[in-house]
Amino acid sequence: MSERPNSYRNGPDERGRFGIFGGRFVAETLMPLILSLEKAYDAAREDPAFAAQIATLGTHYVGRPSPLYFAERLTDELGGARVYLKRDELNHTGSHKINNCVGQILLAQRMGKTRIIAETGAGQHGVATATVCARFGLPCVVYMGAKDVERQAPNVFRMKLLGAEVIPVTSGAGTLKDAMNEALRDWVANVEDTYYLIGTAAGPHPYPRMVRDFQAIIGTEARAQIQEMAGRLPDLVIAAVGGGSNAIGLFHPFLDDPVDIVGVEAGGEGLAGDKHCASLTAGAPGVLHGNRTYLLQDDDGQILEGHSISAGLDYPGIGPEHAWLKEIGRVSYVPIDDNEALDAFQLLARTEGILPALEPAHALAHVAKVAPAMSRDEIIVMNLCGRGDKDVHTVAAALEAKTGVTH
Amino acid sequence: MSRIKTRFDALAAEGRAALVTFITAGDPDHATSAAVLAALPGAGADIIELGMPFTDPMADGPAIQAASRRALHAGASVTKTLELVRDFRKGDDTTPIVLMGYYNPIYHRGVDVFLKEATEAGVDGLIVVDLPPEEDDELCLPARAAGLDFIRLATPTTDEARLPAVLANTSGFVYYVAIAGVTGTRTAAVADTAHAVRRLKAASDLPIAIGFGVRTPAQAADFAAVGDAVVVGSAIVDIISEGTPDVAGRVGAFVEALAGGVRGASRENAA
Repeated sequence: MSERPNSYRNGPDERGRFGIFGGRFVAETLMPLILSLEKAYDAAREDPAFAAQIATLGTHYVGRPSPLYFAERLTDELGGARVYLKRDELNHTGSHKINNCVGQILLAQRMGKTRIIAETGAGQHGVATATVCARFGLPCVVYMGAKDVERQAPNVFRMKLLGAEVIPVTSGAGTLKDAMNEALRDWVANVEDTYYLIGTAAGPHPYPRMVRDFQAIIGTEARAQIQEMAGRLPDLVIAAVGGGSNAIGLFHPFLDDPVDIVGVEAGGEGLAGDKHCASLTAGAPGVLHGNRTYLLQDDDGQILEGHSISAGLDYPGIGPEHAWLKEIGRVSYVPIDDNEALDAFQLLARTEGILPALEPAHALAHVAKVAPAMSRDEIIVMNLCGRGDKDVHTVAAALEAKTGVTH
Repeated sequence: MSRIKTRFDALAAEGRAALVTFITAGDPDHATSAAVLAALPGAGADIIELGMPFTDPMADGPAIQAASRRALHAGASVTKTLELVRDFRKGDDTTPIVLMGYYNPIYHRGVDVFLKEATEAGVDGLIVVDLPPEEDDELCLPARAAGLDFIRLATPTTDEARLPAVLANTSGFVYYVAIAGVTGTRTAAVADTAHAVRRLKAASDLPIAIGFGVRTPAQAADFAAVGDAVVVGSAIVDIISEGTPDVAGRVGAFVEALAGGVRGASRENAA
């Protein structure tokens, strides 16, 4: 028998663990809810009617399948491997976040929950949650760090238009981590009627598994599409990781294939200082928000604030399945810094007429690094998980600071 | 016998409930915190819960969140917290100290190292909010093996099916969280709490402490009438937050009033 597992796709175990990562590190008040959520999700997964509901909404509301697009001019510009983009930025609401929200809102309905809460960083998950709440007529409360409320004003307005109540969180540093703390506090105080719709593949079991399952449509489609278009599997699959939901969605269906997989973390202003979000590259295992995973933390086990030009990657943790995939060496994780992401943002705009969100711009920057050294026969599939309209002001400000030219 | 058991046995003989007082270690700074800690037993605290500061106190309301922030800002750490306990023990070898906090600082230090240091410093028990029975092999069982009590939280959402698992590896006492919510926000109805305590009593021989939302001497008296101990935290932390001179004296005066409430409680209805 080989030491390698028969499959990399069997996790988590019955305790919600991927190796030592994952688990259910929550207060007792929440534990019965977590267990009933797990039970409800297990039942839903076995129910063809649930799958049919998701598929119907996927087709007619989200706009699935999203195209797999051969980026020909980008490929020529880079002069190496052929680059295919999985266009999840074309989804309704402009990112992959809606895939998970559709699944979870249907589950919340099955469970008879009447109030939805969520956390958001950049606002993409908040917008997607507010969207499905509007679609299903459920009240929605979104916790958002006060600092993020300020720097993502258009998304705050979108959420309000969609009928959500946006609560700015001033505790801590006022970013995504603190928004998640506050959402957990709300949930503890409203256990009877409230469903917590977590946006990333982290948190206590069963969330990491559930969010992965709802996002795996990305990889399932891409795997079929590339075989149809190119007649074979890709050589390399790449996605950006913040909490890691778009990445695990793309990666999971490829885990047992002979395909290299790379996750791209936010290197911020560089790993030498503390202004980055590279929890896998520069963090250590720890326990936060219900799961054990890699965390940015100090010598005393206090959690550090992340930094990235992309608010969506600005989280000091990472989904536990990524922590495990790193630990066993199945997936490599590399950092890309703010400047490299900015360059990639402009590269895609110029070569393909597509504005990527700053999150996938990190993935694209890594593509731009590795593609030139590969041959034209080789294939890269990258997840373009969000569109960049939300980021144009951030990009304008960053370019102005860099070049002194006002945009 | 452990300090916790000795203390509860003595109070049972007196026929009264225990007053458990919570402060955050190192709040607002190490020296002040040490002075407050030293003043607590004399003012009438029977057991001390010492909060271990954490950046992300998910089960705590605004008062204790702010206390953690003040303490960390002033340089608090696991090492400093244990130092407070060690210094306290030089003057008091009988008042039980229970550390209350979150798992990550303990996990990061290393469970075995932490347990050894805590035991040597004179810690008697642990309450770790984010370790439910499902994760007992992480810290609960090693702590018990090291001779520390592991005090579990039972909550209004802990149903009959779950209660045996919650109680299974619990020792010292059971901490009943009287509300579904975070610390220092709402106050439970005494009748509901009495009902819950009777349910716990039927399933466990351990003393039952009642906490979350107990703020005044009158409330302390009400809950002392139905439980074996009453925990007051946020109301004490609020006094520390005011930042005026003689924090230890003012906390002491408030704790005396709380102790008066607990000692004057009518316990004829006690379970």
